[in-house]
Amino acid sequence: MSGFYKVVDNYEKALAGLQDNMTIMVGGFGLCGIPEGLIQKIYNSEIKNLRCISNNAGIDDFGLGLLLKKRQIKTMIASYVGENALFETLFFNKEMEVILTPQGTLAEKIRAGGAGIPAFYTPTGFGTLIAQDKEVREFNGRHYILEEALTADFSLIKAWKADTMGNLIYRKTAMNFNPIMAAAGRITIAEVEEIVEPQELDANFIHTPGIYVDRVIKGTFEKRIENKTFRSKE
Amino acid sequence: MPLNREQIAKRIAQELKDGYYVNLGIGIPTLVANYIPKNIQVIFQSENGLLGAGGFPTEAEVDPDLINAGKQTITAIPGACYFSSADSFAMIRGGHIDLTILGALEVDEEGNIASWMIPNKMLKGMGGAMDLVASAKNIIVAMPHTNKDGQSKLLKRCQLPLTGVRCIHKVVTDLAVLEIKDGAFYLKERAPDVSIDAIRQLTKGQLIVEGDISIIEI
Repeated sequence: MSGFYKVVDNYEKALAGLQDNMTIMVGGFGLCGIPEGLIQKIYNSEIKNLRCISNNAGIDDFGLGLLLKKRQIKTMIASYVGENALFETLFFNKEMEVILTPQGTLAEKIRAGGAGIPAFYTPTGFGTLIAQDKEVREFNGRHYILEEALTADFSLIKAWKADTMGNLIYRKTAMNFNPIMAAAGRITIAEVEEIVEPQELDANFIHTPGIYVDRVIKGTFEKRIENKTFRSKE
Repeated sequence: MPLNREQIAKRIAQELKDGYYVNLGIGIPTLVANYIPKNIQVIFQSENGLLGAGGFPTEAEVDPDLINAGKQTITAIPGACYFSSADSFAMIRGGHIDLTILGALEVDEEGNIASWMIPNKMLKGMGGAMDLVASAKNIIVAMPHTNKDGQSKLLKRCQLPLTGVRCIHKVVTDLAVLEIKDGAFYLKERAPDVSIDAIRQLTKGQLIVEGDISIIEI
């Protein structure tokens, strides 16, 4: 078996090495493009005190909401948590630390982390609570604040298709934070809908090069919809 | 009569221009997509990673992998494209979006905006709003003139935690169209049958009325 064969056949192997107090990144926007099986596996384990970086916190009974329910998350770094009632309660009762981060800043912190950039200046949040205790610098008459990069012990991401070497393709808006988190994890696990042989994915259209991906597992997805909206047929 | 939500959206839609890339926030801004003027094309950016957001799908077309920033299932127009969250905010922060329309809890006469948090009461997070207001050249705030308790949302100074500083130059409410410059609200248009005095009473920040104030056409 080649050293580049990254497929694992069960969630035990996929999450091997994940321990209490680690930092994890979890891909997805709302419930769209989340690694459902990997989250479920953590929920079924006794792992606790996680520092979790994800744009949202799931809903009360699905996605990261499960880990909140079981109090497995000690610190949550997210941009928007409005859909989760338990989240608000845990925060106001000080049972969980919450670091709200503007979505674009969160994305760039993760991108920078994966790209070896320790920090960057951004105009986002200047003059707001977000800028508290952060260095401010002026460039060409505008103010910017210094934001530091994020990396993780484990990145748990979701892709549409993978080849056995870990090259990934995402589908529609299920891409979101997944490709940047792939690069920012010390160990990156991709839960995917389909695994194919090398060459079966067109090399011109790979979204995430396999170098960022350590393990690939085929998942089964419920793909729950948070806010199902449709029009009547004309 | 004050404008209803649809009418606010309709008035804002008059600001759209052919070839604009536009980001719409949640709430009233989303409705703007229903009133694009004839003979122009605009493209809607959804910050979760889509340029070319379309209308709602039929029930049979619903795709869990295709949502907008409000997490609603949507469609994509021909010529749409998908990208990562980092690319999405590079577009936003980099000033590539022509017009941003978003809601607010408060706006003040300096152009500051508050929209993401009520201390000890509501914790939702800012999502992409702070990035949007930090860099957009062209922002319109769409909101009711007063809050649920009838208090003005156009203030001398925002009371709630800010989303951005000195970034708002135009506000469309159910009562009026206003511009913000030099530390004051300038009344530009008023809703049908809403008097200037009524607007003055419900505007806590400094309101300047110059010349004839036209009626909002909808």
